[in-house]
Amino acid sequence: MKHMLDLPSYLEQDDEVRDRFTRLKQRPVILEVKGLDKEFETPKGKVTALKDINFRTHKREFVCVIGPSGCGKSTLIRILAGLETPSSGQMLLDGKEVHGPGPDRGMVFQGYTLFPWLTVRKNVMFGLQMSGHTREISEQEALQWIDLVGLSKFADSYPHQLSGGMKQRVAIARALANQPRILLMDEPFGALDAQTRAKMQSYLMEIWKNIDITVLFITHDLDEAIYLADRILVLKAHPGEVQELIEVPVPQPRSPDQLLSPEFLATKKRLEELIHPADEGDDISEDHLNMVRMVPVDDEVESVF
Amino acid sequence: MSTQSSMQWFAVRKELRPRSRFFVTVMSFLMPLLLWSLISYVPWLWHPKVDITDPGAVTYFKEGMLVDRELFEKESLVQKEKGEALPQGNPANPIYLPAPHEVAIAFYTAFTTEPKRRTEKWLHESLWDSIQVIFWGFVLSSLIGVPLGILAGTYDFFSRLFEPFIEFFRYLPAPAFGALAVAILGIHEAPKIAIIFIGTFFQQVLVVSNTTRKLDPALLEAAQTLGAKNKSLLFRVVIPGILPDLYRDMRILLGWAWTYLIVAELIGTSSGITWFITQQARYKNFDNVFAAIMIIGIIGLTTDLILAYFGRRLFPWQKQASKA
Repeated sequence: MKHMLDLPSYLEQDDEVRDRFTRLKQRPVILEVKGLDKEFETPKGKVTALKDINFRTHKREFVCVIGPSGCGKSTLIRILAGLETPSSGQMLLDGKEVHGPGPDRGMVFQGYTLFPWLTVRKNVMFGLQMSGHTREISEQEALQWIDLVGLSKFADSYPHQLSGGMKQRVAIARALANQPRILLMDEPFGALDAQTRAKMQSYLMEIWKNIDITVLFITHDLDEAIYLADRILVLKAHPGEVQELIEVPVPQPRSPDQLLSPEFLATKKRLEELIHPADEGDDISEDHLNMVRMVPVDDEVESVF
Repeated sequence: MSTQSSMQWFAVRKELRPRSRFFVTVMSFLMPLLLWSLISYVPWLWHPKVDITDPGAVTYFKEGMLVDRELFEKESLVQKEKGEALPQGNPANPIYLPAPHEVAIAFYTAFTTEPKRRTEKWLHESLWDSIQVIFWGFVLSSLIGVPLGILAGTYDFFSRLFEPFIEFFRYLPAPAFGALAVAILGIHEAPKIAIIFIGTFFQQVLVVSNTTRKLDPALLEAAQTLGAKNKSLLFRVVIPGILPDLYRDMRILLGWAWTYLIVAELIGTSSGITWFITQQARYKNFDNVFAAIMIIGIIGLTTDLILAYFGRRLFPWQKQASKA
C-alpha cells in the first residue's frame, strides 16, 4: 500500500507534549504489573494467554490497551480486576500487592452488567452500601454521580428503560461512586453505534479531566485508543506480549478536530503496522476469497468499477 | 389479499394483532366444547346406544334403559318378523359421556346436593380439603427445596453434595411411597401431604438450582468489582437476580403438585375432590364427575392467572412480555 501523506514519525513530540510526558512519569505510580503470566489448561494442552507483561500507570493517566483478537487483552483486564488469577507475576496497586476483586479497582464491562432489578439510583448506591456507607449517605453520593453523568431525570428508571449509551453512563457512575484508585474499562463502548460511541468518548474525557481517576481502557478501535489515551499499550497475540508502549504525541486536551492531525495519523499508521502487519505469508490467503465471476456475460452492469 | 390475510394469521414467530389473539384464545376453549356438543347433540354422530322410550314386545327392555344399538336393531328385527309391537327409543351416548348442558347443571347441583350420608362432605368441603393438601405439600416442599436449590445453584459444594442423590431420588415415583407414608404418618392428611411433598421437592431443588445457575455470571463479577463478598453476593445479587425466574418456576411446579393430588388423595382414607369423584362415579353421576374434574382445571388455571398477574406487579423491572 502506498502512503499518500507524508507523515511525521509517531515518536516526534513537540515540546509541550514532551514536557507533559516528563511530568506524567514523575507522578506516583498507581498500578504496576510485574512479570505477569497467564496460562490456560485446555484439552489440547497448555495455552499461554499472557507472557511476561510489565507496565506502570501513573496517577490520573489514561492508558489504552490495544491488540489483535486473541492477544489476551480481556484476560489482562480481568486479572487486574481480580476476576481471574494470574499463573505468575504480581500486580501492585499503590505499591501494595492485590489479590481478588475489590472496590479499589472499578470495572466497566462491555455488556453494561447493570442490576436489572435495581433502579439507576440503587445501582449506583450498590457499591457504596457494600463498602458500609449508610443508606442516606449512599443515596446522596449516588445522586451526585448520576448528576455527573447527566442522568438525574432517570434516577428512578430501571435499566431496561434506558438506551445503550445511558446504561453505560450508569455503569461508569456506578464504578466511580466507589472512588476506585483505577477504573478498568473492558471495551465499554464496543456495543454502541458510532455516534453514541463518539459522544461517550467525549463524556469520558470530561469526567477524566475533572476527577481524580486513573483509567485503563481496552479497545480494538485504533481511533478510540489514540483519541483517548496518554499512552497506548500494544499487545501482540499468541502469546500475549507487550509489543510497544506508545506515547501518543497528540496534544492534550483532545478534541475531535485532531482526528486528522499529522500526529494522530502518524500514530494510527504505527498502530496499523503493529496490529495488522503487512505481509505475513500465511495470513494473506484469508483476505481474499477464492471467487470466480458469477454474473451473466450479458448483464446490464458489466463491471461494478 | 388472501395471501396477506393468511400472512397475518400464520406468520412465523410473529405476534397476532390483539383482537386476533383474543379471538384465537376464545377458540382454544370453544373448539373442544364444540366437538363435545357435536357428539352430544347431533344424533347421527357416534351415539352407540339407544335410550328405550317404549319397550314394545321385548320382554327384557324397560323404559329408560340404555341398550347397544346392535342389540336394539336385532330385537326390532325379531319383533318385526313376529309382527309384534316394535320397541321405540332415541339414539343416546353412553352414560359416561354426559352432554354439556348436563355438566353445566351439575356444576350448580354438585354444590347444592346434600351428601347422601351424614359423615360425607359437601363438594365445597371436599375441595377445601384438596386445596389444603396441595397448599401444605407445596409450602413445605418450597420451604426446604427453594433454599437448597439456591445453595446448590450458587455453590459447587452444595451442588455436588445434594444433586447426585436428588437426581436419583426424583426417578422414584411419588405414589410408590404411598404405603410407606401411611405406615409412618397414619391414614389422614399427613401421608397425602407427604406424597405431594415427595412429588414436588426433588424436582424443585433441581429446577431452582438450574435457574440459579442461569443468572448472568457477569452480574456477579460486576458486583465483586463493586466490593460485594460471599454473603452479600448471595443475598444482594443472586437472590434478587433470580426472583422473577424463580417465581415462574414456582408457578410451573404448583401445576405439577396438582397432578400428584389425585394419587395422594387415594392413599389412606380417600378424601377431597378425589373422594367426591370416585363416589359420584360409583353412583354413576358422571355429570358430577365431569364437573368435578373441570373444577380442578378451573382452580388451577385461575390460580396461575392470578399468580401471573401478581408476577407482573412484583417485578416491574422485567421487560413487559405480551400479556397472556
